[in-house]
Amino acid sequence: MAATASPPSIPIGDHPSPPSLSTERRYLIAVIGNPNTGKTTLFNALTGLSQHTGNYPGVTVESALGEFTVDGDRFLAVDLPGTYSLAPRAPDEMLAVSVLFGYGKDIPAPDAVLCVLDATNLDRNLYLLTQVLETGRPVVVALTMMDIAQKQGTLIDIEALQQRLGVPVVPVHAARHVGLSALQQALRHVVQASISSTPRIQFPETFRHEVDTVEAALVNGQHRLPRFLLERLLIDAGGSIEQELIRQLGDDIISPVRAARERLTSSGTSLPHIETNARYQWITDMITTVVRQSLTAPHHTWSDRIDQIVTHKVWGLLVFLVAMAVTFQSIFSWAAPLMEIIDGVFSGLGTRIQTLLPEGPLQSLIVDGVIGGVGAVITFVPQIAILFGLIAILEDSGYMARAAFLMDRIMAGFGLSGRSFIPLLSSFACAVPGIMSTRSIDNHRDRIATILIAPLMSCSARLPVYVLFISAFIPNHTVWGIVGLQGITLFVMYTLGLVVAPPVALVLKRTFLRGEAVPFLLELPPFKIPAWRAVLFRMYDRSLAFLRRAGTIILATTILIWALSYYPTQPALKEEFQARRATATPEEQERLTIEESGERLRRSYLGQAGHAIEPLVRPLGWDWKIGMATLASFPAREVIIAALGTIYNLGNEQSEESVELRSAMQAERWPDGRPIYTPIVALSVMIFFALCCQCGATLATIKRETGSWGYAAFTFVYMTGLAYLGALVVYQVGSRIFV
Amino acid sequence: MRTLADLIPSQAGRIQAVTGVDGLTQRLSELGFTPGQSVQVVRFAPLGDPMQIRIRGFNIALRRNEAQRVILDSVS
Repeated sequence: MAATASPPSIPIGDHPSPPSLSTERRYLIAVIGNPNTGKTTLFNALTGLSQHTGNYPGVTVESALGEFTVDGDRFLAVDLPGTYSLAPRAPDEMLAVSVLFGYGKDIPAPDAVLCVLDATNLDRNLYLLTQVLETGRPVVVALTMMDIAQKQGTLIDIEALQQRLGVPVVPVHAARHVGLSALQQALRHVVQASISSTPRIQFPETFRHEVDTVEAALVNGQHRLPRFLLERLLIDAGGSIEQELIRQLGDDIISPVRAARERLTSSGTSLPHIETNARYQWITDMITTVVRQSLTAPHHTWSDRIDQIVTHKVWGLLVFLVAMAVTFQSIFSWAAPLMEIIDGVFSGLGTRIQTLLPEGPLQSLIVDGVIGGVGAVITFVPQIAILFGLIAILEDSGYMARAAFLMDRIMAGFGLSGRSFIPLLSSFACAVPGIMSTRSIDNHRDRIATILIAPLMSCSARLPVYVLFISAFIPNHTVWGIVGLQGITLFVMYTLGLVVAPPVALVLKRTFLRGEAVPFLLELPPFKIPAWRAVLFRMYDRSLAFLRRAGTIILATTILIWALSYYPTQPALKEEFQARRATATPEEQERLTIEESGERLRRSYLGQAGHAIEPLVRPLGWDWKIGMATLASFPAREVIIAALGTIYNLGNEQSEESVELRSAMQAERWPDGRPIYTPIVALSVMIFFALCCQCGATLATIKRETGSWGYAAFTFVYMTGLAYLGALVVYQVGSRIFV
Repeated sequence: MRTLADLIPSQAGRIQAVTGVDGLTQRLSELGFTPGQSVQVVRFAPLGDPMQIRIRGFNIALRRNEAQRVILDSVS
């Protein structure tokens, strides 16, 4: 399992000609810009609903792709992740570089780059632009936030800027569709005339000399890189390009580079500063001729005033608590009625079809396997849609960055950053949307660590399990006169994940997710009113992505478990029950059917597996029936209630509140007459369910979000291990203390 | 030697240098923490860390140990 995603490889040597697109010519446009420039809003306005999210081959970073047409010419636009620089240190920055140079496996080099600049932060945004221009691609600049810049007293001479940069500059207001057609015409113009311009940024003579040295050394070894990448290689010590070269050609290839860096350092040149100083010098010179700043720039904007409240010691924390409570509540309970409706529709459908089809394997497959499985997939959609709607609002408005600012101190304690807070909180309702929301974590290692610990948070599917076992087996005593023992147990179960997750995160960050310390460096963009179209699109896009990618896997596991609990067919059992039914009174008919399905389950492959693992679960205080019910609930933990219902001959329509199920469990005895379920056994089962990753949807989502089954397998193994260990310790220690 | 981490809210200073040669130094420089540039501390987070910095007209959050890399030559 690799700790970082492998970036698309850099083909070193002769550059391949770009693979031709299909028969019809489409111009490829890469859209790049700093975070918070309104880049995605512009992308959405340009491409409309034609866009879709696609995974680049070889990288785990997703980019949106979308099409548009200008006077009959077709354009395909790629929305690259927001970045401040082309110095690649993270997979998403490496993605930007590989796309610009056409190193992605299936995507040729872009015909033009659309660079989005925020007019209110022109100098910092120009930094990225100077790098983009040096790649030699045709470039069009879109200037956003002009209205805000004007309000702040910044006047930009577009004509002069265009002159100095040598590429078209188009002011746009994407939300109002201003400037879009001018932008499209400019793109069409540069791709057809292939206009590019390289700014004359003077790097120091000593540096240019060393770049030549490195180039000569690599050429002697028959390897060729564009000048821009050679400079990057020399400047970015330990960066992605160096790593990629080492990976492909071995450590030796870097020794001339290291020698060049040493010569530069010993001559008193600080490497990272060579580039930044030269670029900012050029930018500062240009800005003075292009931008006029009126002296009356208002210092306290309304955004600053909101900041004063939301980052305040008292009010800030209060706003934060309310925002989090609303987020949590929305996925926990607002989604519930929708989920119940979906559940109702699917069980209604199941019942209808049950009466239409003859009894047998086909009926069972369709009702219990397919309809049950599809229902299980679709019930997640309300939670995903609601959470992503809220996250879009929080992110778009600028509040998300403030939440990360507030929580960073706490999250830093276990090796993460403030950006991990919302995904982990969301996971208390459901790990699936929680894991999907880790995309806002810019550092890959932090993101993986967050994904791996998110399923430890006590999700809503664990609640029914806790309710059943607590109400049946934890005595309803009151401790210290005020709190009930049952309440304490529920609280302990809920906080268990919170206690276990930090050490797991720390261990992960110190072992296979170890790497260069992650700078926090979080921009706090001005507050703004979120665009509702973007919010709706996010809800739609995320839900669809979940259904498409994770849905199929969830359906498959449900059908697998159905098959294991249905087969092998037992003709003898069927005949026996048919004979008994023939003589039974009408009142007994239903009881016999339930008894038969219980018997069939006990003798199925799943039942046999339950017997087989009995030696393994006995040290946890469980009998084979608990073991089997636990096995049945690996695709989804809440299944244990229906499974126990079937095993104890009560039928599968049991709920966690069912008195029938409770008394059946309380009546269970070992052969020597001792009750099977004691409070300690109940705790052992609950601890197991609290820590185990019994959720096919979560594993499917981890696979989808990390691009690797390795991480999903790792999560499953480590959580099952922890769960077993936890249950073992609780039973072995507990049963010795409270006999 | 004063660093950005030594300032109190609403104090400003002028950058002399950003120390170090690793990715953090590079990131800070790319974001415009360059010699001669003025920076202002806006506030500290309620739990004491990180801190909100204003530079070149935008706001950015840094942890104190990151702000220690930024050496100032004059403070007002």
